Amino acid sequence: MDLNLKPAETFRGNFSAQNSEAAIRRFPFPFPDDLYMYSVNMEPHERGGPTAAYDAIFDLDEHYLGECADRAQVLADDPKRCQVMPHLIDAEWDTLELLMESLATDYPAQFTLTRNGDAWHWINRPLALDQRFTFGDAASLPCPPFEYITRQVQGDFTLQDQRDNDLFIEGGMVTSQADWSLNFDAGMSFRQWHGPVPLAHEAGVFDRALAYLLRLQLGKPVRRLNWTLTVNPRLDTSPENYPKWGPDRTTVTPENVGHKLCLRVELQTLTRLPRSNGILFGIRCYLIRLEELVRVEKWARRLHRVLRDLHPDLAAYKGMPRYRPIIVDYLAAFDDGAPTSPGTGPD
Amino acid sequence: MRLRIAEITVLSPGIRKFTLEPLAGLLPAAGAGAHLVFDIPGATRVHKNAYSLIGGPQARTQYEIIVRRVEPSRGGSAWLHEHARIGDILEAKTPQNLFPLAHLAKKHLLLSAGIGITPFLAFARVMRTPFEWHHCSRAEDSAAFAALLPPGPQVTLHTSRNTLNLAAVLGTQPLGTHLYVCGPELFNETVQTMARALGWPESKIHTESFASAAGGAPFIVHLARSGQRLEVAADQTLLEAIEAAGIAAPYLCRGGACGACELPLLQGTPEHRDHVLSPEQRAANKSLMVCVSRARTPDLVLDF
Ligand code: FES
Repeated sequence: MDLNLKPAETFRGNFSAQNSEAAIRRFPFPFPDDLYMYSVNMEPHERGGPTAAYDAIFDLDEHYLGECADRAQVLADDPKRCQVMPHLIDAEWDTLELLMESLATDYPAQFTLTRNGDAWHWINRPLALDQRFTFGDAASLPCPPFEYITRQVQGDFTLQDQRDNDLFIEGGMVTSQADWSLNFDAGMSFRQWHGPVPLAHEAGVFDRALAYLLRLQLGKPVRRLNWTLTVNPRLDTSPENYPKWGPDRTTVTPENVGHKLCLRVELQTLTRLPRSNGILFGIRCYLIRLEELVRVEKWARRLHRVLRDLHPDLAAYKGMPRYRPIIVDYLAAFDDGAPTSPGTGPD
Repeated sequence: MRLRIAEITVLSPGIRKFTLEPLAGLLPAAGAGAHLVFDIPGATRVHKNAYSLIGGPQARTQYEIIVRRVEPSRGGSAWLHEHARIGDILEAKTPQNLFPLAHLAKKHLLLSAGIGITPFLAFARVMRTPFEWHHCSRAEDSAAFAALLPPGPQVTLHTSRNTLNLAAVLGTQPLGTHLYVCGPELFNETVQTMARALGWPESKIHTESFASAAGGAPFIVHLARSGQRLEVAADQTLLEAIEAAGIAAPYLCRGGACGACELPLLQGTPEHRDHVLSPEQRAANKSLMVCVSRARTPDLVLDF
């Protein structure tokens, strides 16, 4: 698969991150309709979809170097952003194996995995890593296996143990989250974790989702999309760092909204892990500035309608009451009222 | 996934071990407790049999299963015993694990009988927590099982009914012990009933089951709009039957959770297996989720 990496851009400070024309076209736009409703929008995660973001099992794009650097910085400031409970050691190795195999298959020019029994050899050319290690022996890697591999992949990951008909978040690498915290959530059950979402409970959405996930099969991963809005392309909008990013929200004006405001989409994947029987939850974050998004006419029209007509409770949950009119006004200029085509891909 | 029979080992007149290997590349990893469903040719139809994998979790190059010849033969095991040859190729599904070890257990208590030994052979290879294993066998199979069981004081082979004092074993376990039971139906029931009577919580009792969402009695479905009549086989879902007829039906999760595959029902009574419809909606008998649900009546008529 083609993968053209940009030199590292920043997702903090001066926010140099931009999407190229190709990156815009591959954005996983999340709205299948002009009206947004919360639902169990899970589907099998197979290679291929409305845009190229669905072509790999774990998608990498032009921002790879910048995102890996941002993660390294977050971990240097706060090592607790990566933690795994000791009883999930099998799940750590499951994750390492899954990610290495997927990357080496989808991006052979960048990654190579060679193995001879338990003697493994991993090459990551973009990050200039060349590592020989013994699968199953954590001492043979420079850091624990889950941390080792998730430092080399875009997107956050959590590990869920399954027991007593529930899932428990007991590990994760979480450095680019939309306002939730691993430290606070680790050890929580699926129900507790999803507690705060409005409306969803009324529809029994989470009971259904949980029942489905408990039966998630090996070799049959699933995916769903989630979305929110973020001011500036900032990956790390954690509760711990609220003082750093919270004030950004007051800086949105009609003049700068197109440049500053980003649609933040998470391509979430859920994969059953073989040895541990746990579930790996991947949360791959994509940020696109409104001024970039409106270059796809269909998306501009639809996003305008979705945000204009959003249910007030969901609008509050997505954290946008204050500047929503500014966004809707900005997008209105790109909506001529023409019907939008089915599906989420660009026309 | 296609697997080649690489080795057949006769363990006793009625018990054989099969070693299976991929035609190319590596096999999907499978954890202790996982089972494999594969297609076994039969005289009149293909049998889908499930067997526990006995190999350790590192086994990416081969799977091992142990097959007892079932009397009277149900087909699959007889073919494996009489006709299977080294080099034969079998079609299999990706292994699934419905019998995993509990990671937070302080101790594991394994109770097996007969061919129920198989998942525990995989367990024993990956144990990091103290365990105690009692295996019960008929006298004629005891030599075969003795050779398979790992050595050590934590493993006991019982060849007569009377040497396993179930009440004593179940009644003297430390707090935090998880119980795993695998054997013939009667054995499983006896052990579970006694465990419950002794106060074991349900969350600490585990039994193997191969039950799959797809399985059930065959039935007929009529698609009213296209006038088609389809047979839904025992090992096929209604959704798969519709797709096999070349008709595209809506779906997302294929697991009864999302509601995308709901189709309106005109006649018949479904056996609902989804997590979407409420009891009231089920009672209304107006629709079903075709990815998992089946029929209680011989026929269903769908408005589709
Ligand atoms: S496809 Fe989701 S419920 Fe059937």
